[in-house]
Amino acid sequence: MAANTVLNYLPRKSVVHELTGTTKLAFFLLFTFASMITYDTRVLICLMLFSFAVFHLSKIQLREVRFMLVFMLAFLFLNNLFIFLFDPDQGTNLYGTRTVLFHLFWRYDVTAEQLFYMFNISLKYFVALPIAILFISATNPSEFAASLNKIGVSYRIGYAVSIALRYIPDIQRDYHNISQAQQARGVELGKKEKLISRLKNSVSILMPLIMSSLSRIDIISNAMELRGFGKDKKKRTWYVQRPFKRNDWIALAIGVGLLVFSAVVTFWDGNRFFNPFQ
Amino acid sequence: MQKNSIKTVVAIGIGAALFFVLGRFVAIPSGIPNTNITLQYAILALLAVMYGPVAGGLIGFIGHTLIDLSWGGSPWWSWVIASAFVGVVVGLFANKIKLNEGNFGKKEIITFAIANIVANVIAWVGVAPVLDILIYAEPANKVFAQGATAAAINSIAAVVVGALLCIAYSKTIAKKGSLDKE
Repeated sequence: MAANTVLNYLPRKSVVHELTGTTKLAFFLLFTFASMITYDTRVLICLMLFSFAVFHLSKIQLREVRFMLVFMLAFLFLNNLFIFLFDPDQGTNLYGTRTVLFHLFWRYDVTAEQLFYMFNISLKYFVALPIAILFISATNPSEFAASLNKIGVSYRIGYAVSIALRYIPDIQRDYHNISQAQQARGVELGKKEKLISRLKNSVSILMPLIMSSLSRIDIISNAMELRGFGKDKKKRTWYVQRPFKRNDWIALAIGVGLLVFSAVVTFWDGNRFFNPFQ
Repeated sequence: MQKNSIKTVVAIGIGAALFFVLGRFVAIPSGIPNTNITLQYAILALLAVMYGPVAGGLIGFIGHTLIDLSWGGSPWWSWVIASAFVGVVVGLFANKIKLNEGNFGKKEIITFAIANIVANVIAWVGVAPVLDILIYAEPANKVFAQGATAAAINSIAAVVVGALLCIAYSKTIAKKGSLDKE
């Protein structure tokens, strides 16, 4: 339960939720790579419509994930701003032409190519965002380790991930307690202190946190050793793992199909970018 | 300690949790507007020195992926890989620093500082921007400016805070031969 606070799991009765964790992880990775390799506007629009449709299927309301949405929009805005500030001619470099719409000041011209390039970048965010949100809010965190193992990651790493998810809330609470206790003793991390003493002060918060974490590592690894963890080198069974159903295979097929579609359309003409200017 | 695989698994898990908590919720104002010093690379350095390159790399990879997921986007792979790279490189220097035996003198501090500066500079000025350009086709001077800022901030945090942590930690360990016969 505790891990829910980190990854914001929202249980629901929907087609998306009923897929196994393995399917969701594999689909998420396939879809991420499909949207990562392409800069072709047509592919991106297809992928975006698809991910909006899946989001609708999941019965998760937009207001439930408002925080992530607002954060990503702010990030998107800042990223676009910085791209424009640092290189107003990136679009020209990529598309080879320069159509000035109007002049701002100094070296900053607004060109159609730059706007189109930034439109594509923004499109990429909107392609990835719904699927990423779904992956986080429709996957039960306890299923996550089993899913990692199923797609071929060593179960030791799967176990490490599940330990991380399990102990994040504990460590967060530890950090909070330690930092409050140290602040009561006058340890200050804010702007009142000089930078170097802020860093020094942070050590007096981190040190107890590390000592408690190291003893945690000892306790957990002893407990796992007593229960024979790692005796079987190859495999391990998982309590939460579910068998594949028909929908899982369909979802996986769609994921592979989208990746192939994206790769073929994108690299067919030997260029990652769809160029409407030539 | 590196030979005990169960302990390494647990250390990766707890280390990634520490990395997550420090990277997600803790920020120290650096004096430059909108730029905060985060401490996760100091912890990453300490744990990489203690548990070696494999653990270091995985702590960086898992911790950074979880941070990105918790913000609600898909992981920004180029920077995730750079984080893992920092862990691996610092971990490779671990053989030279026998922190678990309580030795952390001047020589080790210098090795530790060099390891961290090398790792962070290559990761944030080399690996991350190059992958940004390859994967995301972002403008070169933008990603290099971002990378240079990250390299400077993370190196300072890792060297100053990380070294202080190592010194404090090494003092908690009884050194070999520290008992005298009276």
